[in-house]
Amino acid sequence: MSQSNSLKGRKVILHDMCLRDGMHAKREQISVAQMVKVATALDDAGVPYIQVTHGAGLGGNSLQHGFAPHSNEEYISAVAAQMKQAKVSVLLIPGLGTMKELQSAYDCGARSVHVATHCTEADTSPQHIAYARKLGMDTSGFLMMAHLNDAEGIAQQGKLMESYGAQTVYVTDSAGYMLPEDVKARVGALRAVLKPETEIGFHGHHNLGMGIANSIAAIEAGATRIDGSVAGLGAGAGNTPLEVFAAVCERMGMETGADLFKLMDVAEEIIVPMMEHVVRVDRESLTLGYAGVYSTFLLHAKRAAERFGVPARDILVELGRKKMIGGQEDMIPDTAMTMAKARGIAFRA
Amino acid sequence: MKKIKCALIGSGNIGTDLIYKIMRSPVLEPVWMVGIDAESEGLKRAREMGLKTTHEGVDGLLPHVLEDGIQIAFDATSAYVHAENSRKLNALGVLMVDLTPAAIGPLCVPPVNLKAHAEKLEMNVNMISCAGQATIPVVYAVSRIQSVDYAEIIGSLASKSIGPGTRANLDEFTTTTSGAICKVGGSRRGKALCIINPAEPPMMMRNTVYCLTDEEPDRDRITASILEMIGEVQKYVPGYRLVNGPIFDGNKVSVFLEVAGLGDYLPTYAGNLDIMTAAATRTAEMFAEEILAGKIQLPAVEVA
Repeated sequence: MSQSNSLKGRKVILHDMCLRDGMHAKREQISVAQMVKVATALDDAGVPYIQVTHGAGLGGNSLQHGFAPHSNEEYISAVAAQMKQAKVSVLLIPGLGTMKELQSAYDCGARSVHVATHCTEADTSPQHIAYARKLGMDTSGFLMMAHLNDAEGIAQQGKLMESYGAQTVYVTDSAGYMLPEDVKARVGALRAVLKPETEIGFHGHHNLGMGIANSIAAIEAGATRIDGSVAGLGAGAGNTPLEVFAAVCERMGMETGADLFKLMDVAEEIIVPMMEHVVRVDRESLTLGYAGVYSTFLLHAKRAAERFGVPARDILVELGRKKMIGGQEDMIPDTAMTMAKARGIAFRA
Repeated sequence: MKKIKCALIGSGNIGTDLIYKIMRSPVLEPVWMVGIDAESEGLKRAREMGLKTTHEGVDGLLPHVLEDGIQIAFDATSAYVHAENSRKLNALGVLMVDLTPAAIGPLCVPPVNLKAHAEKLEMNVNMISCAGQATIPVVYAVSRIQSVDYAEIIGSLASKSIGPGTRANLDEFTTTTSGAICKVGGSRRGKALCIINPAEPPMMMRNTVYCLTDEEPDRDRITASILEMIGEVQKYVPGYRLVNGPIFDGNKVSVFLEVAGLGDYLPTYAGNLDIMTAAATRTAEMFAEEILAGKIQLPAVEVA
């Protein structure tokens, strides 16, 4: 307890992903009532930002990404109306979501947005980032699959997003592939080039069990915002489990403003009973982290495995080899079929 | 044989690739290339290939339209400037083929509705988007067999093939393509998604089409219709090919396509350039044939 550390007294802004990334782990099937229940409990526990959308964000309802039982507008309106202190945030991936949908989310009460691009394609986001700023939203640029760009590359891309108006730039480990040194290098490179007032965020996935360690590494290198999800409800092996991270912050003397025991209760009493499968590092989610594959591909690959008779792990490894990125879920059945044909496995057309 | 003289506006990836496509045409002749940057690779290449060039935008072209007999222009700039370009050139009697997602004129997908457009004079036709050109023929191939409630298309494009204009127009791409899936593809509802993939070596353009039919799909007739349509597209884009499918899950029909380009301006992975430029060229050729045959006449403009 007397151990001193350099992070003592640092403030960390928590951003919960249960009701967005967690949608992936629930095949997009979370009801409005469940959303309100979770969000209200998180609000009460002092979590300052809660993301609420289809797993793929605004415009996400599709055959490609699955249909949620309700529109994003219905979810956002229902949750935002109940928030006492928390801000509702949304995800917007240009090419899928549009500014029209962002306006609509704002009208329903969303006040923060992750504008997400692949880690090399920041220049597809200027319109959307500028639009979010015009609306007065807390605006983050979200560089996905950050392991696929080196530290200097991430720094350049982050600088672009900052120039469009992003107030925070995220290093997003969509594949749960990164190790603490990888995180430090990228966050550090961003810190070196961004304006002092521009914040840095880290969004982890727990596919290699590194969610907490990577988030701490990010803070050491200058990050102030950490995405996680209570009980880890998120794609792949889940996000950084938020209650665990909050406990570690407390042990290290960092301030999150959240009530640890309340977060633990939300995890145990609300989130875990909602899970359709135990979100954990298992054979397939570990494969994501090991092979550097987009975490959302997990359940799609399991379905393709069943449909076309090729093991999910083999499909995921092949998708990693082909460098498929977030949004290319159609390439999962496509790859499975191509593999089945090559292996002489018959499937029903 | 007499050729119709053309101007190309926009010296980016699409405009530059168009030069190659138009040069091969028996009825079109590329005469002018318009850019806004004197140093651009596209303008340099156009000059090397014998075109007249200006870096002063459309205004740099206007004084030469009548004296050089320009009758068809291709606009490969951006949705934001297209309307103004079109207005200025239409006023000089020039027919506009729009390769931006501005979509102020009727939407054209050659194997689906080009004949209908060419029979009457349209002064502005829109080519929708690369992914639209690659997928709408397949949506139509399903909807001509049985009614489609919803069609969704996904275009995956190599990062290196996507220029700044397209990057700045992603919302317009989404909106225009989604609308065209219904208007031209014949689906009741439509949605378009676009992904830019930076993999090295660059990935070939891929497109996936999902259709939800109202009734249980007639597999044999739908499969035959799709294969026939793919043959039609291959007539002008030889690298267009079926990779997987069609497969059927309940009322969902899934088709997985790939488009290899001819490798004219960018390497073959950039099938998205070819499907746009080849469709635009084919569209212009159809109008050119009608003009040359005297079946349609562009409005005469008095020389001041």
